Amino acid sequence: MKKTLAIILILTLTMTIMAGCGASQNENEIRIGINYELTGDVASYGQASVEGIELALEEVNNAGGINGKTIRWIKYDNKSDKSQATTLATKLMTQDKVIAVLGPATSGAFKATIPEAMKNKIVVASGSATDDSVTIDDNGVKEYAFRICFTDSYQGTAMANFALNNLSATKAVVILDNSSDYAKGLATNFTSTFEAGGGKVVATEAFVSGDTDFNAIITKIKGESFDVVFIPGYYNEAGLIIKQARNQGIDAPILGPDGFGAPELTELAGADALNDVYFSSHFSSLDKDPSVMGFIESYKAKYGKEPDQFAALGYDLAMFVIDGIKRAGSEDPVALKDALAQTKDFKGITGSFSMDENHNPVKAVVVVGIENGVHATSQRVEQ
Amino acid sequence: MEQLLQQIINGISLGSIYALIALGYTMVYGIIKLINFAHSDVYMLGAFIGYFSMTTLKLGFLPSLLLSMLFSMILGVVIEKVAYKPLRNATRIAVLITAIGVSLFLEYVTMAIAGANVRSYPPLTGILTESFNLMGITITMQQILIVTITVVLMILLQFIVKKTRIGKAMRAVSLDSDAAELMGINVNSTISFTFALGSALAGAAGILVGIYYNSINPLMGTLPGIKAFVAAVFGGIGIIPGAMIGGYFIGIVEVLVSGYGNSMYRDGVVFAILILVLIIKPSGLLGKNTREKV
Repeated sequence: MKKTLAIILILTLTMTIMAGCGASQNENEIRIGINYELTGDVASYGQASVEGIELALEEVNNAGGINGKTIRWIKYDNKSDKSQATTLATKLMTQDKVIAVLGPATSGAFKATIPEAMKNKIVVASGSATDDSVTIDDNGVKEYAFRICFTDSYQGTAMANFALNNLSATKAVVILDNSSDYAKGLATNFTSTFEAGGGKVVATEAFVSGDTDFNAIITKIKGESFDVVFIPGYYNEAGLIIKQARNQGIDAPILGPDGFGAPELTELAGADALNDVYFSSHFSSLDKDPSVMGFIESYKAKYGKEPDQFAALGYDLAMFVIDGIKRAGSEDPVALKDALAQTKDFKGITGSFSMDENHNPVKAVVVVGIENGVHATSQRVEQ
Repeated sequence: MEQLLQQIINGISLGSIYALIALGYTMVYGIIKLINFAHSDVYMLGAFIGYFSMTTLKLGFLPSLLLSMLFSMILGVVIEKVAYKPLRNATRIAVLITAIGVSLFLEYVTMAIAGANVRSYPPLTGILTESFNLMGITITMQQILIVTITVVLMILLQFIVKKTRIGKAMRAVSLDSDAAELMGINVNSTISFTFALGSALAGAAGILVGIYYNSINPLMGTLPGIKAFVAAVFGGIGIIPGAMIGGYFIGIVEVLVSGYGNSMYRDGVVFAILILVLIIKPSGLLGKNTREKV
């Protein structure tokens, strides 16, 4: 008896909730879902991204919205959890009836929401899922998945071009983290681009994550003649390699990927050792482009702090989707998907880009230069 | 040639660390026939104490070294009293499993208190940042410091073991603890003293690694601990000079494999050495073959 009562109660509750959702549909608004890591392990990525997104959406609404319709965003916290991210994506698509879902920030969680996007035919877009395989698999491109950040291994290509063109390097040494796919992809792309451009990689050395003693490989490469050192890896080991290399008197420029972009790099290497070090980044607050300076100003006014690259990518992500909705001319998700795929020369604050056939942006990389331990220069390296 | 010399200098600095840790393994094994797996975590805690002494207490290098050796010493004795002494008459496997338990306990308690992230020592100042160039070979002040402190500690240890009453007691207990007890030697306090000595050396190794590599974390002890164990086995476990030779040997082999072979094989070669030693001469380089009496 009690059981039947419980089931009836649950059914009633569910129906009320569903009815509530249906009732709140409004003809004069466009709904966008936000599915980000607001708490949990990578909360700092998610929070910054959402700050950037909300800033962009507010600006659009203040400027009159899209075709007289205002944007309403529905924001959920996936707690940095993949399965939670998938559940929330489904909820946004089926109950909240959004036209697109923004986020999550990390590649793993974003990938987990893509099957839902394909099933419900709703666009999902991420600002910071950089893993190479996010938007494509063996069956080709995933039609409803987009990202606006360059891929991990693309940075290898960009840094090779930077070494060849900006530093006029002809000989390079690669010291890679052999325990991460991220680093291996970067090293492969760097080597092929560098050698295709007339350079030569004279030595490739490897380490595994967690190593602390790099003196042996540094002494080994010291015997070679080279112009630059490329270290695909994260700051934990890269910081120590830079310190030990500078200690042994290697003063060639050192290049790295976005894994260098953490304050811990300075602590581990020491400010004295961090000279002539360059790493690729999505965004630099040193950028003197007027649109970037405008963004930094309004971000500071709203949140009282400097934007980081996630905030910048979040801002661009929201603007990218808004641009797609405008060009699609309707709120049909399929039209939106086609409009986003045809994006050409979108002007964002992380650089202007067009979508390639794999739903990856073709965009410039920002190369940040470090002098005396501080980010001192920034320049854009085009493809 | 220059490169070889430079690599050997790198190897000696690395080997000093292994030797300091290996001494603790070998002394404890010599006296109670236990592989003290918690030893590598005493080394890790030594590095953390050095870190807090240099950042929070803002002490200089030498006071920090002494503080971390003192703390490690106390920690070693506490571990022995709490975890191993109640098991003095238990089977060896029970004590061994306890040792692994203590090791995991120390690692994860540290992780819970200090966090799992990598920490870096404060930047060094003054003479410690200097380096010398001799005919194309670079020697940093930190490398000189590591080797000097290691050698001084080893001479001190040899003096204690060979020339003092307590050293004589240690040697007696290690030879035959029952007979030593009959001769009026306090076996328990001798064992505690051995743990204290070994742990102080591990604490010193911890802080030296901290200033040399500038990077510490709660799991930093695992791999160096196992390699130091290999060094102890190589030199003959239970034999103090063997641990020193083993430590330097493993350090130099590692560096030469990275420098002239492939750095990916470095750890593999170290463990291949362990297997070869166990097959060819299980008693180690300086070990004597003892016949099992039936």
